[in-house]
Amino acid sequence: MKQKFDVIQSRCVPVKADNIDTDQIIPARFLKETTRDECFYGDNLFCDWRYNADGSPKPGFPLNNPAYSGCILVTGRNFGSGSSREHAAWAIAGYGFRVVVAASFADIHRLNELNNFVLPVSVSEDFLAELHSCIEADPATELRVDLPGECVTNLKTGRSEHFPIGEYKKYCLMNALDDIDFLLSNKNAIEQFESGRKQD
Amino acid sequence: MNTLFDKIWDSHVVASAGGGVSQLYIDRLYCHEATTPQAFEGLRERGIRCLRPERIFCMPDHNTPTHDQDKPIADPVGRAQVDTLERNASEFGLTYFGMNTPDNGVIHVVGPEKGLSLPGMTIVCGDSHTSTHGAMGAVAFGIGTSEVEMVLASQCVLQSKPKSMSIRVEGELGKGVTAKDLALYLMMKISTSGATGYFIEYRGSTIRSLSMEGRLTLSNLCIEMGARGGFIAPDSKTFDYLKGREYAPEGEAWDRAVEYWKTLYSGEDAVFDKELVFDASDVQPMISYGTNPGMSMPIDGRIPADASPKAMEYMGLEPGQSLLGHKVDYVFLGACTNGRIEDFRAFASVVRGRRKAEGVTAWLVPGSWAVKRSIEEEGLDKELAAAGFEIRQPGCSACLAMNDDKIPAGKYAVSTSNRNFEGRQGPGSRTLLASPLTAAAAAVTGVVTDPRELI
Repeated sequence: MKQKFDVIQSRCVPVKADNIDTDQIIPARFLKETTRDECFYGDNLFCDWRYNADGSPKPGFPLNNPAYSGCILVTGRNFGSGSSREHAAWAIAGYGFRVVVAASFADIHRLNELNNFVLPVSVSEDFLAELHSCIEADPATELRVDLPGECVTNLKTGRSEHFPIGEYKKYCLMNALDDIDFLLSNKNAIEQFESGRKQD
Repeated sequence: MNTLFDKIWDSHVVASAGGGVSQLYIDRLYCHEATTPQAFEGLRERGIRCLRPERIFCMPDHNTPTHDQDKPIADPVGRAQVDTLERNASEFGLTYFGMNTPDNGVIHVVGPEKGLSLPGMTIVCGDSHTSTHGAMGAVAFGIGTSEVEMVLASQCVLQSKPKSMSIRVEGELGKGVTAKDLALYLMMKISTSGATGYFIEYRGSTIRSLSMEGRLTLSNLCIEMGARGGFIAPDSKTFDYLKGREYAPEGEAWDRAVEYWKTLYSGEDAVFDKELVFDASDVQPMISYGTNPGMSMPIDGRIPADASPKAMEYMGLEPGQSLLGHKVDYVFLGACTNGRIEDFRAFASVVRGRRKAEGVTAWLVPGSWAVKRSIEEEGLDKELAAAGFEIRQPGCSACLAMNDDKIPAGKYAVSTSNRNFEGRQGPGSRTLLASPLTAAAAAVTGVVTDPRELI
């Protein structure tokens, strides 16, 4: 959903694993839908880790643990690997997450998050390990994500880190603009490019 | 600098969006039914049409059943999605290769075989395995649905330029070692995130000696190392493969195209951001044991002592265990990874003189109707039928189990597909990724078997 992004301060939901692939974020059977209704995908976020086959919640999974709340998902390394399905980003947004913190992201998924106004925040392994420890010890641990300042702070320890975002996407997020607005405003350049090409 | 990747990328930059983001012109957009309905809906909401409909090709492949394609799809949700693609293609004036027509198949098999994917092009699709088309010497990569909408609307995407990586492989692959094994070997070596942020150029004598089918398999799997894409500079094999294909240039246009394609190589002075070198003689037939493709090992190896406990629990395996002799319930030959004619020839070569093992369910799914026709022309269908195998109808099938081809929970499948993620081939399914030769060896013995023993 298009929404302006500024500073977010929230508790965190930890899903502590490396290489979480998009098949885990949203299994392929949910790709049959033609809707973009984020709530539908959000209800099925991490479906096979979150629910038993009969639809009952698995008590051990963090999304089912009432101790954890907030709009920040904290994961591990290489988050969102595998399939390009944007349904994964829709599910994350639809659940209510606005920020995903990881040690690294898969390229396609990272861009899918940005295109859905979910902010991927890459932090160092150390920062992430400390954050997971803090959340484990105290689920009320809050994180402050400052997009204008490109800075993330663990409010439990006061530790801060710069995170890379890129000027263009930062501008889009802060102003709730999407890429199509930009591209369509640039149609003359596209036509000029086409007429100037030699090969095809 | 001065890499082939730079040449192709830079020649497609329309404008800069600032902050290192480029507006990149796209020569070819492929649309399948699973990742495009919301993009077309977006165009309708904005009240706009496709800027360059002639550059866009649509075909369903993810939901298509592999039996009875002449009948409506039984699953109403899957059927609605396929119908939606057909309606969208018609409404927006796009070429559509419908299910159960001679043109249809898995998008990444059909594009190259029709001559739609050409050297020097930029190619995208809402599908991570779009990297496959890199085998033709194109810059091809997967995108999300929002980006599909961008291309439909403007024939452009906005992308930061990835870094460049050279993967050079020298020497001859051994007996029973295929492009699939090389790809699994590379994943084992550099992990599923080792190429994140990079575009790979595969180079070296081993790569040059691969067939076009082998190159397509290798390029297909670069995403499993996290790469944005991967490609191989075009050469005479590429040109021979393309000549006379339905959408390839003809006559004078062909000559001009080849002249241009011959300029598509990295300069002697090319500088890559990262360079890796491997020796083909180190590569063995490979098999995966875990829940991502990097968790792979030589088929006669043992599962590493430090294998992820979560993966071991899901797979029902133990560190230190050998997979040789492990019972196999299902065998899947197909997918955009290994659903081409050469893969069926390889499978049949192992089966020759043997029969399908009792207790093994085998799904042999051609990547396209064109592949199925070749199988029949070469008589492989009859030969395989006599050995207890059936050739099904084309589609993505058990690679991601969006149709009825689901591996049941707890069952082991030796699969020529691309991912062994939890639940990928059906909830609870246990995937062992391998080559068509290894899949055939499992199919005729009923257990994981080193294909070198049978060839």
